[in-house]
Formats: sequence, structure tokens, C-alpha cells
Amino acid sequence: MNDERNLLPYWLSAPGTLAMLAFVALPLVLTLGLSLYPFVPGTGVGEGLTATHYLDIARDEYFHTIFARTFGMALLVTAICVLIGVPEAYVLSRLSPRWRAASMVVVLGPLLISVVVRTLGWALLLGNEGVINKALLALGLISEPIKMMFTFTGVVVALVHVLVPFMVLAVWASLQKLDAATEQAAASLGAGPPTVLARIVFPQVIPGVLSGGLIVFALAASAFATPAIIGGRRLKVVPTTIYDEFLGNLNWPLGAALAAVLLVIVLAVSLGANRFVERRWKQVFQ
Amino acid sequence: MAFLELDGLVKRYGDFTAVAECSLSVAQGEFVCLLGPSGCGKTTTLQMVAGFTAPTQGRIVLDGRDITAVKPNQRGLGIVFQSYALFPHMTVANNVAFGLEMKGVPADKRRRQVAETLELVHLAPFAARYPKELSGGQRQRVALARALVIQPPVLLLDEPMGALDAKLREDMQIELRALQRRVGITTIMVTHDQGEAMTLADRVVLMNKGRIEQLGRPFEMYEQPNGRFSSTFLGKANVFEGVCEGGGVRVGELPLPCEVGAAAGSIDYIVRPEKLAFANGSALVRGRVEARVFLGNHWLFQVATPLGTMQLTEANAGLPAVAEGDEVGLTWRAEHVRVVPRGA
Amino acid sequence: MNHKLSGNRWPLRAFHAAFVVFMLAPLLVVVLVSFTDKGYIALPFDGASWRWYRAILAAPDFIDAFWRSLALGAAAATLATVLAVPAGMAIAWHRFAGRDALLGLLLSPLMVPHVVLGIALLRFLTQIGASGSWWGLTAAHTVIVLPYVLRLVVAAATGFDRSVAQAAQSLGASGWTVFRRVELPLIVPGVAGGWLIAFINSFDELTMSIFVASAATQTLPVRMYNHIAHTIDPLLASVSTVLIVLTLAVMLVLDRFYGLDRVLSGKA
Ligand SMILES: Nc1ncnc2c1ncn2[C@@H]1O[C@H](COP(=O)(O)OP(=O)(O)OP(=O)(O)O)[C@@H](O)[C@H]1O
Ligand SMILES: [Mg+2]
Repeated sequence: MNDERNLLPYWLSAPGTLAMLAFVALPLVLTLGLSLYPFVPGTGVGEGLTATHYLDIARDEYFHTIFARTFGMALLVTAICVLIGVPEAYVLSRLSPRWRAASMVVVLGPLLISVVVRTLGWALLLGNEGVINKALLALGLISEPIKMMFTFTGVVVALVHVLVPFMVLAVWASLQKLDAATEQAAASLGAGPPTVLARIVFPQVIPGVLSGGLIVFALAASAFATPAIIGGRRLKVVPTTIYDEFLGNLNWPLGAALAAVLLVIVLAVSLGANRFVERRWKQVFQ
Repeated sequence: MAFLELDGLVKRYGDFTAVAECSLSVAQGEFVCLLGPSGCGKTTTLQMVAGFTAPTQGRIVLDGRDITAVKPNQRGLGIVFQSYALFPHMTVANNVAFGLEMKGVPADKRRRQVAETLELVHLAPFAARYPKELSGGQRQRVALARALVIQPPVLLLDEPMGALDAKLREDMQIELRALQRRVGITTIMVTHDQGEAMTLADRVVLMNKGRIEQLGRPFEMYEQPNGRFSSTFLGKANVFEGVCEGGGVRVGELPLPCEVGAAAGSIDYIVRPEKLAFANGSALVRGRVEARVFLGNHWLFQVATPLGTMQLTEANAGLPAVAEGDEVGLTWRAEHVRVVPRGA
Repeated sequence: MNHKLSGNRWPLRAFHAAFVVFMLAPLLVVVLVSFTDKGYIALPFDGASWRWYRAILAAPDFIDAFWRSLALGAAAATLATVLAVPAGMAIAWHRFAGRDALLGLLLSPLMVPHVVLGIALLRFLTQIGASGSWWGLTAAHTVIVLPYVLRLVVAAATGFDRSVAQAAQSLGASGWTVFRRVELPLIVPGVAGGWLIAFINSFDELTMSIFVASAATQTLPVRMYNHIAHTIDPLLASVSTVLIVLTLAVMLVLDRFYGLDRVLSGKA
């Protein structure tokens, strides 16, 4: 089994590895290369190497706004997901098995439904003619529709809906590992329920919160469909900008440069946070 | 030439030596137990015999054939794993039939042999069940049947009783011993339970830290332990560090009895608790009873003496006269003492 | 973890109810809107009708896209499974140099934003003259769903007692026989769950497909997205409702056999 000279594992993983190298690694490297070519309007990719696209991104106010919006949005979405996802996971763990099974389908099930469908639902809810505005108008709470479509708030709400199941899932997983005896031990030592929650339960699920937060942040920063549909043309984020540069302006090199920057930031945050989590929590949790 | 010969087996993992120089000859039909504390290399040794771990050095010779380089699926040995490793997706009958199928035994003959073997382990009524529908003891017997049905030259068992509770374990030990005798199969079993080793084995191989510490028949090994480790791992013992000079032994300043012939130098002075008796007249050493514990068929006394705490056991013949706190004298006979030169 | 909510449970219950409403609201709205008899999005509406479901039948491009997505999902999930099963077994059962790097590489599509993968593959496929091709799209989907299968295969294989395979070997089974008769049957549940999750992820994928699919190979999500970018009408709602119902069926299967939480977090 542990024979160091055994080539079997390499043969077994060779096909998958080749597929990944050919269709993930190689294209990404090529894209990095593409971002260094000049853009020639009309023909597309020009000759020679240049860092001009990266300089543009670094200097241009326009891109700064987009990047700030994207990562601000991602941070806000992550914060809200922590705020509502952690308690929800806890509530789930405390439901009777029957209710839990049903709630689980409601809470996690949407992950399996296409983002397009879920975002369409929010478009129907948030529009000026949408359900929420109609209801508020009918109740006489407002006299004219609140603008929610094509706003930052609208995108954040829809993104939270799309991503919060990941947070619930991650926290739920670490709650499952939690030994109920630790809570009983704390109770036997005189801790009341709030103290048990704060001092015993919460610290043990922090790794789950962190890994869930990481997933939500990375996915929020790279979300395309929701910002495109709810945010519209004017509320651009990095992914929609890449789309516009690539398929609208046909400025592939600039699109590639934006993609490279996005990729580097997302990977840096993910790997950095992972490293932090491992160093900080590894000793405690196996 | 012995039937199964382990010749200088060594297993190293990097700098760490899991098994250092293991040599062992097993006669045909013999039941050998590898006994030792956790991590001493028992499983590693067995896995080398089975072929799942390649030895760093040494040879394994079975019936005159060097099988060191033979793949595990070509060795044809019967193995019972600690976890039993039953195929969870196959019925008991199919589990047992698997090895025959691999040998290409025709279906009708296979069915007959499976039925016979299940009969042998008293599992005939359970042939159609799945492993998870069986109790622990039944699973163990399936594992045994599966290994035996291919009529292997050697049966290897790695802590086969590990997952059973005490009572069942005793029953299974007796059953296994009877079965092994009936089938006459050469058997190597790993265990860390000294009682189990003594019950089952023709010979015990006592291992410690990757080395064979002592090798012998259970009674001999119990009566003549070759040092502190053997005497305390196999049963209980009072062991004192002393010196031997001029044919006599002293522990501290106290001269103690021993048979003649001990070599001069530092020695371990070993005497078993059941060989000690309370002295009516002259005592070898005096002390105070610290504790008296009832252990069913006997009583255990702990006596604080100038030599240190000594243990004494006495068969249970009603409530003993000696009570906790009593001042007592202890005595024993020279022929019950082992004097062993102290190793490193 | 089995004691129920105790003490003051109403705040938690109210929170849970609000959370459930939040999760369900957009889906319910889609379903309701799909039954309108009007020609535009209207809620509340007076008369319920099947009008927009009949309209699906008259929209061959949606139907074609649906079948295409189905075929693509099946092809990508199957290919990903074929690649992930041996790799997963290698990772779960062997310790070898480069094992961690291999695992990282095989899971990397989970870390790379799909927009980035989309443009990278668009550029790559264009350069090798395969842009807009069916096989290019299938290859792209295969690599992005492979991590989902891999996680479940590794989880299933890791939970598998190695001595069971050793037992088969000791009884004379060759490596291939051990795989076919013992190892494979025992990891099949994990493999099947992985295939389903991979299928769903491929079927739902939008962001990368927008770049890689051509007009001739539009998948259903791409078709729907292009429609939304143009106009939002009840046809989208009825198509979406069909998808919700189909997904619900798969979801119940997954929940019944594996537990949604485990299959989604890759621990089945
Ligand atoms: N693959 C391995 N790599 C490194 N060290 C190992 C490996 N396998 C076993 N060892 C080490 O070799 C030593 C002997 O292990 P082995 O499993 O043979 O012990 P054992 O006597 O069977 O113990 P136990 O009674 O606990 O089963 C242990 O210290 C163990 O840590
Ligand atoms: Mg062992």
C-alpha cells in the first residue's frame, strides 16, 4: 500500500490530471499571456507585449469604482450571511428530526436550482411593478414604489439568498462534529444556556464560520448572473465588466487583465484565509 | 527445516525501526502467538508474512519455498483481520465462497465446501444473511470460515478477539483452539492479551519494541521469565534489583534465597505473588498489609516491606485471617525464584 | 445535539420562519407568476391558466436548449466520473509524492471564478479552432464538475476499511478483481451521488457557458439569460417552474439516499 516506488497512483490519476492541465491550467496561463498583448480596435489582439492594461486598471478611477464595489459587495454579503446563516444552522440543529429534514430541503435545496431561476424570482419581487412594491402600495405604507431593482441593495439581497446556503452548510457541518457532552459538561459546571452558547458552542463552530465565509466571499466576488440581472448595465462589478469587455467591446486583452486581477485577489484571499485558519485552529481541531 | 520460517525480518519506516531482526521457526500444525504491548511490531510482522508489507530485510520461507517476493494474492494464506474485513455487500455464503471462486472451484463443489465450512463454525443457518445482520461473535466466525475454506497452509489472525466482550472472548478462544486442533492448521495469532496467548498458544513469542524478548511454551515462559519485561508482561511478578556475589544474592543489604548457579553481577530478583506465603515463624522479610483485594478465585495482598511494595496472592478459601493494617512476615522458597542478569 | 429548542424558543422560531420565507419567496413568486393569463408579468392576477406552459411547447429554442443541457449534463457528469473515480481512489488509498498538489489541481476549478474560466476557455478553444464546438463545451463542463465527483469519491473511499481489500487479496483476488468485486461496489453510492451532483451543476451552469457556448450550442441557462437580458415575461416563469419541479424531484432523491447536507458538502 505504501510502497514509495509504486506507480499505480500516478497511473490512476493521470487522466484526470491531464484533463485539468489541458482545460484549466493551460487556458489560464494563455489568458495571462493574452492580457499582455495590446488591443487594436477592429482586429482585436495586436502584436508585442505591454503592461498597459494592468496600468489602466491600476490608474483608472472607473476600474477602481468597479473593484471597490465588487469587493465591498462581497464583504457585505459575507457579513450578512454570517449574521443570518450561523443562527439558522444552530436552529436547524435544534429542530426535531422531522422538522429538520423539511427545513433542510428548504434551506439547502435552492443550491441545486439554477441561479438564473433564483435571480429571476428576485427580479419579480424587487421591480417597481414587483410584488414587494405592489404589496406596500396596497397597504398604504408607501405612496410611490421604492426603487430596488438596479440598486446595490437589491443585488446584495439577491446574492445573500443565492449564497447563504453555503454558510448554513459549513456551520451545520461543524455543529455536527460538536460533542453534545461538552455542552452537558458546561451545564453540569453551572453554565446557563446563553453561556453554553457563547463559551462552548460558538468557539467550536468558528472554523465552520470561517470556511463558510471564505466560500461565500469568493463566490460573491465572482458572481455574474445576479449582478448582471439585478444590477443591470450601470451597476457594474468585475465579472460583468469582464463580460462586457470580452463580448461587448471585444477588447480581449483588457478583459483578460481584469480576469487575472480578479483571479489573483480571490485566490490570495482564499489561500491566505485558509493558511490562517489552519495555523490558528489546526491544533485544536485534529 | 521448519514449516514456516521467518528469517531475520526487519521493517524500517525511514529512520524508525518497526521490527528489528525477527527470526522464528514454526512447525506444521503449531499454534504460535505473537504477544506484546501496543506498537511493538506485531501487526507489522504479521503483515510481512501476509505479504501486505514488504520487509526491509530478511526472508520468509514456507514449506521450503521462499515466498518473500510473492504477492499476497498468490500466497494462499488464510487471514482473519481485527476488523474482520467482511465484504459488507455480500452474504455470509458469498463471503465464504469468494476465495474458492478466485481459485476457480466449480460452483457445485464450491457450494458444498461453503456449507461444510459454515457447519464447522456453527453458522449454517446464517448463510443468507449480510454481515451487518450478524452479532460480533458470528462475524468473527464468518471471517474464520472465509479464511479456512481455502484450506490455507497457514492461518494468520490479527487480534481476532479484539472486538468481543470478555465472556464471548473466552468462549471464542476455546472454540478457536478446538477448531485449530481439529483442522490441524499452522496458526500465527497476534494479541496483546497475555491470558489469551497462554490459553491458545503452543508457543508464545513475546515482543517488545520491535524485538523478540522471549520465546517459549506458555508454562515455561511463565515459570522462567528471562527478565523484568517478560515476568511483568506475562502475569504479575515482584521484581527487585539486586547483586549476586559469591553464590548468594542481596537486595539492598538483605540476603535473599536463590538456587545456586547464578552468575555474579547485577541481577533482577523475580518471584511471583502466588509463590509468596505468610510466615508463621521466621520470615524473609516483614511488612505491613496496605491493601487486601478480593479477586474472585483468589485474594491479593499488597504488603509494604523494606524491599518495596510486594504482592502476594492466596487462593480463596474463605475470609483470610490477615487483614489490612496487620504486621506480617513473608516467606518463599528458593526454587520459586528467578534470578536473571540485568540487561541494558 | 438531540435536545430540542429549550428555554425561550419563540425568538428562534420566529427567526427560522423568517429565514424560510426569505428562502422560499423568490421561488414561490416565480411559480405564481407562471400561472398568469396575462401577456405580461402581473401579480396578483385574476385568472389562472396554463397559457404560459402551452407557450413553452411553442418555443422550440427553449425545448432544444433543455434537451441540450440534459445531454451535456449527462455527458459531462459521466466523463467527470470516469476521470474522478480512479484519481479519487489513488488519493484516498495511497500516499505518494505530489498527492497534495494533485488534490489541489483536481479541485482547482472550485477556486477559480467561472467568468475567468469562461474567458480562458473561450480564448483557448478559439486558438485550437474548437470554439462553439460541442466537444469543447463538454470538456469545459467536465472539468468544472469533476471536483464535485472527486470529493464524494474520496469521502466514500476514505471511509472504506482497507483490510476488506486486503482480505480479498489474501483469498487470491488480483488487483483488478479486488477493484471490480469489492472496492467498486463499496464506493458506488458515493460515485452515484457524485454523478448526480455533477449533473446538476453542469445543467445549472451559466457563467462559463455564456462564453463557451455558441448560438448553436446554447444551454438552457444561457438561453434563459439571453431572454432575460432582452425581456422578462411569464414564459421565463413557466420554464423556471418546470425546472424547479424537476430539481425538487432530484433533491428529494438525494436527500432520501444521502442527506442533502452531506452530498452538498462533499461528505457522503
Ligand atoms: N506505515 C507506517 N509508517 C510508519 N510507521 C509505521 C507504519 N506502520 C506501523 N508503523 C509503526 O510501527 C510500529 C509497530 O506497529 P504495529 O502496527 O506493528 O504495532 P502492533 O504491535 O500491532 O500494535 P497494536 O497492538 O497497537 O496493534 C508502531 O510504532 C507504528 O507506529
Ligand atoms: Mg496491531
